[in-house]
Amino acid sequence: MKKFEYTIKDELGIHARPAGMLAKEAKNYKSIITITKEGKSAEATRLMSVMSLAVKCGQTVEVSIEGEDEDTAFEGVKTFFETNL
Amino acid sequence: MECLKGKSVYKGIALGKISVLKKSDYVVKRTKVESAEEEIERVNQAKEVACGQLQKLYEKALKEVGEASAAIFEVHQMMLDDADFNEAIENIIRTQEVNAEYAVASVGDSFSEMFASMDDDYMRARAADIKDISERLVKNLAGGETDSMDFEEPVIVVADDLTPSETVQMDKDKILAFVTVHGSTNSHTAILARMMNIPALIGVDMNLEELKNGVEAVVDGFAGEMILEPTEEVKCTALTRISEEEEKRNLLLELKGKENITLGGKKIELYANIGSASDVGYVLENDAGGIGLFRSEFLYIGRNELPSEEEQFQAYKQVAQNMAGKKVIIRTLDIGADKQADYLDLGEEENPALGYRAIRICLSQPKIFKTQLRAIFRASTYGNISIMYPMITSVEEVKKIQKIVAEVKKELYECDIPYKDVEEGVMIETPAAVMISDELAELVDFFSIGTNDLTQYTLAIDRQNEKLDPFYNPHHKAVLKMIQMVVDNSHKAGKWTGICGELGADTELTETFVRMGVDELSVAPSMILKLRKIIREMK
Repeated sequence: MKKFEYTIKDELGIHARPAGMLAKEAKNYKSIITITKEGKSAEATRLMSVMSLAVKCGQTVEVSIEGEDEDTAFEGVKTFFETNL
Repeated sequence: MECLKGKSVYKGIALGKISVLKKSDYVVKRTKVESAEEEIERVNQAKEVACGQLQKLYEKALKEVGEASAAIFEVHQMMLDDADFNEAIENIIRTQEVNAEYAVASVGDSFSEMFASMDDDYMRARAADIKDISERLVKNLAGGETDSMDFEEPVIVVADDLTPSETVQMDKDKILAFVTVHGSTNSHTAILARMMNIPALIGVDMNLEELKNGVEAVVDGFAGEMILEPTEEVKCTALTRISEEEEKRNLLLELKGKENITLGGKKIELYANIGSASDVGYVLENDAGGIGLFRSEFLYIGRNELPSEEEQFQAYKQVAQNMAGKKVIIRTLDIGADKQADYLDLGEEENPALGYRAIRICLSQPKIFKTQLRAIFRASTYGNISIMYPMITSVEEVKKIQKIVAEVKKELYECDIPYKDVEEGVMIETPAAVMISDELAELVDFFSIGTNDLTQYTLAIDRQNEKLDPFYNPHHKAVLKMIQMVVDNSHKAGKWTGICGELGADTELTETFVRMGVDELSVAPSMILKLRKIIREMK
């Protein structure tokens, strides 16, 4: 399993549109990608469940990636966070 | 006459008849079904139809109100595809053996309630989106046409709340104002009202059942109220104010696309100041010729660490691309004094305005500076970017900058990363820079006068100190003489000079600046057309 932490810079936090784009991105990989904020977790492919974490600007989430393609998934998802959130 | 109070999301005035939108409550019946699979298939078909509808709405919105507002329909499509939403629907159909309509409606209700109860304004506003998609699905399942929102004459739309699909379907020419019981400043109604420049009130406590279609009303977005059955006097005042507002807008619209040229044929560039990548919309809307000051600080402030090269590159690239070939002047990091970032640990200072700030930080910590320069040069191939350096006081500083810039370019070249040579200028905001502007002009491509600091340093007056207000004269001769000196020195060297401080937007001085030979004024986007008007009326 691979992990990284990320602090959200987007003013609106993880809002609807990037959450949707994240879901699309996450579906490209076989690995299970989980986002955790303050003990609550959501699978990245699940838009509404990610939105319901209500991650705001300045808050830090932990992103964990587990599966056969976790190395590529790690790079892809990390870049996604850095460019979109 | 009755007056209803609400929260105004767009200042404007409207007078007209109201049209009350009462939601036809879809009474969704719960019925037992034989085959759960058949119902699930019906949901899938309704979803497919919905996707097509949303795509059309997206395109309509894109054309009428722009990308930012249209994006919501893309989000709706994504929500329709959400695994949790779909699994919940299938689950209800399978376990309770009920019809698709009932399953969709109850899942829609529980998801929207979940969002409505969240501790976040933005997320609460998303409850309306979930309602919107589930109602769309239910309507598609019932095979009904979507209600038409066509009004015969322009009306004030009064509703409980408006879903994005409802607002986009309305014929924009037939809406005078929006008045809703619910909604938030983040809601689509609010966003749309701002885009359409029509008054809108939200959070108005009213009983829709008691309101009748066709009743006359005045919506006053300035006072945040709707006056039902207004007296003749109130109507008269409203009409006068409406025509005044319209006149103002038309005048400005008339000026869009026109040159900034005086009657005598003298031209000047009008550029905009922006503080973040998202301001570009206002820049284009107000017809600025370019961006004269792109404050890069927003990338550095309000966070815990330095922005990465990649993050900066994306921001600069986005602005350069959106400006499509128009000039974008990026000012390198101007932090310190009143703008602080804790992670830089700049330390306490006795006299921060005269302290460790702007280019002084960049030259002392070249790593920070180089990261920014790399990002800017990488973005330079995506548009027409220029760079300017703040707080210059000496020729040596400029030479040091040039050395660092040369290193950055060399590194990019060696790594085969494309970049363009860009115009480089310095800000003239210290009396020292003014006095040596003849020497500086030989070294750079342009000057931009930062009048806020230049005034403060020249008059030795701290702008934050109210006690000094009686001594403060923004039109002080010393400052104006300095501006003239800078302009003359730049012209002697074949270079140009702009003004990007507050003084640039001072309409009392516009004429003076044009006469002085200032080549460019960079001001808040909302000031562009006002200045253009003054310039075009100059003899």
